[in-house]
Amino acid sequence: MRIQVLGTGCPKCKKMEEMARRTAESLNLDCTIEKVSSINDIVAMGVMSTPALAVDGVVVLAGRLPDETELREILSR
Amino acid sequence: MSFKDSWKSLLLMLVVFAAAFYMPLSSERFQSGVTESLHLLQEYAREHVILCLLPALFIAGGLAVFLKKEAVMKYLGPRAKKVVAYGVASVSGSILAVCSCTVLPLFAGIYKMGAGLGPASAFLYAGPAINVLAIILSARVLGIEIGVARAVGAVVFSVVIGLLMHLIYRREEQERSAGFQFTEGDDSQPLVQRVIIFASLVGLLIFANWGSPETATGLWHGVWSMKWVISTVFAVLIGTASVLWLGVKAWKIVLVAAVAAGASLLDAGALAAFGLGVAAFAWALATSEGEGSRWVEETWGFAKLILPLLFVGVIVAGALLGRPGREGWIPSEWVEAAVGGNSIGANLFASVAGAFMYFATLTEIPIVQGLLGAGMGRGPALALLLAGPALSLPNMLVIRTVLGTKKTITFVSLVVLMATISGVLFGMIPLEVQL
Repeated sequence: MRIQVLGTGCPKCKKMEEMARRTAESLNLDCTIEKVSSINDIVAMGVMSTPALAVDGVVVLAGRLPDETELREILSR
Repeated sequence: MSFKDSWKSLLLMLVVFAAAFYMPLSSERFQSGVTESLHLLQEYAREHVILCLLPALFIAGGLAVFLKKEAVMKYLGPRAKKVVAYGVASVSGSILAVCSCTVLPLFAGIYKMGAGLGPASAFLYAGPAINVLAIILSARVLGIEIGVARAVGAVVFSVVIGLLMHLIYRREEQERSAGFQFTEGDDSQPLVQRVIIFASLVGLLIFANWGSPETATGLWHGVWSMKWVISTVFAVLIGTASVLWLGVKAWKIVLVAAVAAGASLLDAGALAAFGLGVAAFAWALATSEGEGSRWVEETWGFAKLILPLLFVGVIVAGALLGRPGREGWIPSEWVEAAVGGNSIGANLFASVAGAFMYFATLTEIPIVQGLLGAGMGRGPALALLLAGPALSLPNMLVIRTVLGTKKTITFVSLVVLMATISGVLFGMIPLEVQL
C-alpha cells in the first residue's frame, strides 16, 4: 500500500509524517510513505486543508492531526 | 564527522560568539534597548495575556472546531454565485485562517477548482489580515480605531483587489476541472447553539477588557463599573452551554465556577480569578469526550503555534524600537523620517516594507506598536498592517507556483497600491473620538 502525507511544511504536517511512519512501523505494514509538499499536487488531490493523509490515492483524513488510535484504525483497514 | 552535516551549527555558533564578543554592553543605547525589551515583555504579560490573548485563543480554537470548513467552502465552489463568493471570500478569512499555512492551500483550491481568480485573490488578501486573533489583539494593543480600520479595510479592499484581478485577467479564466468535493461532516449541532457559545465568548472578551473611561459618569463608566458582573454572566452562559451541548459533566463546571469565585472572594484580584477560571475550564473541557476536548486541542495547538512567535516578536520589537515615548536600538528620527506623518511616500514605504517582510502570526502587532511609539504616522501604520501579514517574500514564491509570475506581480502591486491608498485615507481622518 502507498501512504501519502500531504502538507506544505507546517509543523502539523511534519508531525503527521512522523506519526504515519511510526504507526506503519508498529503495524508492520508493507508500504511506502511519501510526502506531497507541492501545493498544486495537494490541491489536485482535492485537499484544501492540511495536514492530510491519503492511502492508495484516496484521501482519508484532512485538516487535522489524528490521535494514535485513530491513525492505527485508518492504516490497519 | 563531516563538514557537510555540521556547517549550519558551526555558523550559528560563530554568529552567537561574534554577537557575544562584540556586544556593546557599555553603550547607553544598547542598555536602554535591553531594558525596553524586558519592559515591553512585562507589559504584554501583565496587560494582554490573561484577559485578551487567552479568551482570543479559545475563540480561535472554537471556530476551528465548531465551524466546519466545508460549510464555508460551499460558497466558494465553481458554481457559487459571484456576489456571494466575493462576500464570503472577504470575510471568511476571519474564521478559516490563522496562519499562512492554512491560507495557501485554501487559496489554491478556490483558484483552481472553485470560484476562480477573483474570489481566490480576495481570500488570499483578506485571510491573514482579518483573522480573529489579529483583530482582537490589534484593537487591544494599538487602539480600537486601528483594530476596526484594519478589519474594515481588509474586507473592503480584498473585494476591490479580487474584482480587479478578475477584470485584468478575465480573458484568461481557464476552464477549471471538476469542482472540489468535500465529504460532508457530521453537522449535527444546531446553529443557534454555536451562535450562543460564540456570542458569550466574544461578550466575555469585550467586557473583561472594558477600559476605564476618562469621565466618572455616563454610559461607558456605568458599563465599566459593572464589567465584572457582566463578564461573570457571560462566563456562566459559557459554562451552562458546555454542559448542555458539549457533553461536559456538570460537576466539573461547578468546580470551575468554584475556583474562579474562590479566587475572587479571597481577594486574589480579577486577573488571578480570570486566569484560574480559564485554566479550570480548559481542564473541564479536556477531560470530557467529543467536541469539548477537540476545542481544547485546537486552542492548545494555536497557543503552541503563536505564543513562542509572539514572545520573540515582543522581545525583538522592544529591543529595536522601545516602548512608546522611549527609544530602543533604532533611533526615533530614523522611524520618523521613513514613516512619520502621512505623506504618500511614508505610506508607500510602509506598504512595500510590509509586503516583503515576513511577519509571523501576530508579531506585526508589537512591531507596529513600537513603530507608532517611535513616531510612525497612523496612516503608514495601517498600511503596514494591511500589506504586512498578507504577503511576504517566501509567501510570494508559493503564490507564484500557483498563479504564475505575471499574476503574482499584479497581485503584489495591487496589494501595495491598495494598502498605500487606505493608509493615506486613514491618516487623513481626524480621530478625536476616544472610546
